[in-house]
Amino acid sequence: MSTGLELLQHALHAADHPVLNVTDVTRLYGERIGCADVSFKLWPGEVLGIVGESGSGKSTLLRCLAGLDRPSSGCVMLDDEGMTLDLHGLSEQQRRALMRRSMGIVHQNPRDGLRMDVSAGGNVGERLMDRGERHYGKIRSVASDWLRRVEIDPARIDDLPRQFSGGMQQRLQIARVLVSEPKLVFMDEPTGGLDVSVQAKLLDLLRSLVRQLNIAAVIVTHDLAVARLLTDRLMVMKGGCVVEQGLTDQVLDDPQHAYTQLLTSAVLS
Amino acid sequence: MTDLVRVTKLGKSFTLHNQGGVCLPVLGGVSFNIASGECLVLHGPSGAGKSTLLRLLYGNYKCSEGRIEIFHQTRWVDIATADPREVLEVRRHTLSYVSQFLRVIPRVSALDIVKEPLVVGGMANNLAATRAADMLARLNIPERLWSLAPATFSGGEQQRVNIARSFISITPVMLLDEPTASLDAENREVVISLIEEARKAGSALIGIFHDELVRERAATRRIDIQSFTIAEAA
Ligand SMILES: Nc1ncnc2c1ncn2[C@@H]1O[C@H](COP(=O)(O)OP(=O)(O)OP(=O)(O)O)[C@@H](O)[C@H]1O
Ligand SMILES: Nc1ncnc2c1ncn2[C@@H]1O[C@H](COP(=O)(O)OP(=O)(O)OP(=O)(O)O)[C@@H](O)[C@H]1O
Ligand SMILES: [Mg+2]
Ligand SMILES: [Mg+2]
Repeated sequence: MSTGLELLQHALHAADHPVLNVTDVTRLYGERIGCADVSFKLWPGEVLGIVGESGSGKSTLLRCLAGLDRPSSGCVMLDDEGMTLDLHGLSEQQRRALMRRSMGIVHQNPRDGLRMDVSAGGNVGERLMDRGERHYGKIRSVASDWLRRVEIDPARIDDLPRQFSGGMQQRLQIARVLVSEPKLVFMDEPTGGLDVSVQAKLLDLLRSLVRQLNIAAVIVTHDLAVARLLTDRLMVMKGGCVVEQGLTDQVLDDPQHAYTQLLTSAVLS
Repeated sequence: MTDLVRVTKLGKSFTLHNQGGVCLPVLGGVSFNIASGECLVLHGPSGAGKSTLLRLLYGNYKCSEGRIEIFHQTRWVDIATADPREVLEVRRHTLSYVSQFLRVIPRVSALDIVKEPLVVGGMANNLAATRAADMLARLNIPERLWSLAPATFSGGEQQRVNIARSFISITPVMLLDEPTASLDAENREVVISLIEEARKAGSALIGIFHDELVRERAATRRIDIQSFTIAEAA
């Protein structure tokens, strides 16, 4: 049990410590650059967008930040309940535990984030069990509540994900990730591959959940409208490097770098 | 009265990298203060840089030179050099920007859009809804529209929803970019009285109004933007 004082200390710590502190992260694939010299800090409740052309290193960077891949050099420091940990300095086992405890990852393809042979309710409930919840009735009721929050009829709690449409699978994946209320979420093209009307609904849902739960998030997207709607800050990548970063509306409305100007004008034409 | 905004030697030019790197100077040597209770009105011809100045103050455009200090809670913050996190913090509590366009959020009703700033500020949902309803009524939005998303509203209706949202929880510093552009006389009156109420509550306002009558009624002081315009690169 935490004492009131400990809780207060945690809260104070969280308020003035970044959730994520990234320094000079570089990932090389042999001679080829995946991403190079990326540095930034992410604070509690902040949503950072990463945009850039195909092959610019967005997914490579995200994988390094989320612990799915190891940078060739550089450092990813994570805040974990008041402790600052070096993600890639941990043992494999410690890193997996940390990822389960405090991070969530939403994959572009829901199949990569869901267990396709487990029911919808099971997909959501599993994450609660990871966190130590054992009471079956409680797990089922929380799972069904989350299905409702992502607008999946709770009557379908026992269906398998493959019986769902693409948009429903993506919403199920989001429920699976957010049910454990991670403080840090990574998303790689969360609305890619969905048709436009389904995208709009999903974006609206993401926007309100991220705000309600005060989640810090890093979202990779190639869609500037998505970036504008969901993110506070924006990072523009080209050839593996960050060419510009700042407030999302400033980067989009008054881009400074030639490449960002090209990117933003391409949308208008 | 105490100053809430201090602008010092502000300058702005745009470099268009994909059009031969041409540099477009817009503003230079802009200096003024705005005190609590004032409404400073900017005037000048189209293209002179009025909107650019407001966007610079909001942190939406990046300054080329100079300082923009906003008094935030207990300290001055220079928007020109503050990091994004700080700018967002100042926007959350101190600085707001009212344009003539509503940023429509898909599927969110007019009432929810208007009450959101109050709810974010910690007000109970019921009370916020009542206040939002009063504000929508004051701006003559028919009650049958309140529960609908404004995507399908007329331009003037959207504009009034935007004004309702902006004035429901006034901030110490408010930037107004033609908020009355397509309103009829009756609704313009409502906006003029909202501006007056904000001033009396101690806000510092800076506004652009295309309508001379509104300018006359709203302004406590005027600046001709052309005195800061760089006519031609020397
Ligand atoms: N496993 C890998 N082995 C070798 N090269 C790789 C590997 N993964 C990525 N790359 C290369 O690294 C660069 C960055 O790729 P990355 O997948 O990060 O791009 P991206 O910005 O996510 O692009 P997209 O928008 O198309 O998803 C590319 O040149 C890519 O070919
Ligand atoms: N993001 C931008 N990129 C490049 N040039 C810009 C940008 N924003 C404004 N400008 C230029 O700056 C100048 C001033 O524009 P601004 O919109 O501030 O004028 P204004 O005084 O508000 O005019 P109006 O009364 O017509 O609204 C114009 O030449 C405009 O083209
Ligand atoms: Mg990718
Ligand atoms: Mg203008």
